Amino acid sequence: MESPAIVTRIIEQHCARPGALLPMLHEIQDALGCIPPEAVPPIATALNLSRAEVHGVISYYAHFRQEPPGRHVVRVCCAEACQAVGGEALAEHARARLAGSDVTLEPVYCLGLCACGPSVQVDESTLHARVTPEKFDALIAALESAP
Amino acid sequence: MRTTIFVPGDAAALAQGADAVAAAIAAEAARRDMAIRLVRNGTRGMVWLEPLVEVVTSSGRIAYGPVTAADVPGLFAANFATGSVHALCLGPTEDIPWLAGQQRLACRRIGVVDPRSLADYIARGGGEGLRRARAMAPAEIVRAVTDSGLRGRGGAAFPAGIKWQTVLATPAAQKYIVCNADEGDSGTFSDRMLMEGDPFCLLEGMAIAGLAVGATQGFIYVRSEYPHAVAALDAALAEAGDFLGNFKVEVRKGAGSYVCGEETALLESLEGKRGIVRAKPPLPAVAGLFGQPTVINNVITLASVPDILAQGATAYRELGCGRSRGTLPFQLAGNIKYGGLVEVPFGLTLRQLLYDFGGGSRSGRPLRAVQVGGPLGAYLPASQFDSVLDYEAFAAIGAGLGHGGIVAFDDAVDLAKQARYAMKFCAIESCGKCTPCRIGSTRGVEVIDRIRAGQHEQIELLQELCETMTQGSLCAMGSMTPIPVLSALRHFEEDFR
Repeated sequence: MESPAIVTRIIEQHCARPGALLPMLHEIQDALGCIPPEAVPPIATALNLSRAEVHGVISYYAHFRQEPPGRHVVRVCCAEACQAVGGEALAEHARARLAGSDVTLEPVYCLGLCACGPSVQVDESTLHARVTPEKFDALIAALESAP
Repeated sequence: MRTTIFVPGDAAALAQGADAVAAAIAAEAARRDMAIRLVRNGTRGMVWLEPLVEVVTSSGRIAYGPVTAADVPGLFAANFATGSVHALCLGPTEDIPWLAGQQRLACRRIGVVDPRSLADYIARGGGEGLRRARAMAPAEIVRAVTDSGLRGRGGAAFPAGIKWQTVLATPAAQKYIVCNADEGDSGTFSDRMLMEGDPFCLLEGMAIAGLAVGATQGFIYVRSEYPHAVAALDAALAEAGDFLGNFKVEVRKGAGSYVCGEETALLESLEGKRGIVRAKPPLPAVAGLFGQPTVINNVITLASVPDILAQGATAYRELGCGRSRGTLPFQLAGNIKYGGLVEVPFGLTLRQLLYDFGGGSRSGRPLRAVQVGGPLGAYLPASQFDSVLDYEAFAAIGAGLGHGGIVAFDDAVDLAKQARYAMKFCAIESCGKCTPCRIGSTRGVEVIDRIRAGQHEQIELLQELCETMTQGSLCAMGSMTPIPVLSALRHFEEDFR
């Protein structure tokens, strides 16, 4: 299905729900990898909002992106519990390792893995605990060598 | 007979390779032509032992851990399914001192039940609270919660019964129960553990709240960083059938905003808007979600309710100390040797948690500072480790228990850097509605940078800025960010010099 058709289907599916905007945006991003600018006008029309209001919501939340990410998204936890066990050094290492890579690196403020940090999330649902720089390099190498 | 083998499906176990262990167990059992029942339970909360594999034997559940996929053939060779001796064998799970020393109420079934099975939930005492609530008048249910002394476990510690009473007493055609599962505090994971390990307990608590105040619709607002919790709740709702009667529950995903853990910002987000804090009054209990009377409680608060109804308010109230009644699931995190979930009645000391349960630092170096209660919580020095874990005792030393998260740091920590991070985090996450928080946090980072660069006379300016944020901010984000900053400055001034 083409992107506009996917957006139309998702809008139709959700627009009658109370507080439909966030579920709608989540589903569009899950399907397309981001919320493209051309999705904003039909969402605004369906929910009787201004385009500015829809854009305001998209830009407010760190989770929503307006451009497609790299081939993979790697999130490194930068919150206190991971800082206490070397999280900052890991984040620093990750920045250097992924500079120029097609893997998108993002900070995340807590994955709820605070007793086994530093923690890393790959593509929404794969989690890694007690990540050292060496372990990080191994998991990136595995991601990059996968088809 | 088929042997039942438990391999946790909790995120903290998955992060340590539990899926590979489960796959190896299934493959090895098939290779040996052995019939097993593999259950993906929650975690027992002993995070350093994950993946913790349990087998059901004639003498109870026997634990092995931490297990790697490579250990699996050896475990089968040692006949572990019968609970036999092996280097990884920890004996009967319930007898492990770390677990035996706890008193679990809200978390009693986590790691014990199959989170996907309503029948298992019922077989382990679930549903009894809801059954009793159905035979009670709404005011009686509210009274039971009030009498139990239960206070909001999300951090604010507001008496749950009073909140419920306000919603009950506010007439409206539609009322809502909202579960705040936006567990954004670093060092906390009890909500996640409960949603993944015992989701029916939360649903039951919400249904009881619905009966108590006359609400038929519930929402669970889960942070997007918790995909496994969302999946577990969705699976439980699909399995629930008519367990909840006419009470409907919908799971909604957050989108990476910390301030949405503040109740009014959460309601805005649920309504499909930017997660901007609302001015109070009106309280959400009077005009909450879509302007209607709304009970909004944290996961652990709601999950404590079924037990209170089933065992009676008195049984709950008898635990704890002072005005802090019942139990709190503490979470030991950061640089700690034996990290995980410790549910105990209020009244232990911080030192008991850190050393008797936690075993000191993971690095082996001395513990220098502990942050209690998330990013808005105080940094406590070793001289305060004997503080009693009770809401009022912590308030008396300018700290708070918050959601029970305890992050330990060893002597490598730089508290001036941590204070800077507190301001930085506030600057990143501020919703922007009020000036002290939006601007103050950015100025705070700058002032701390100058202090760290040697301009010590700026310390006074930092204190004044904190005073402005404390007094002038609209919600806890801006008004409590000074707590970690000022506690770091007070107890670890040498780090700022």
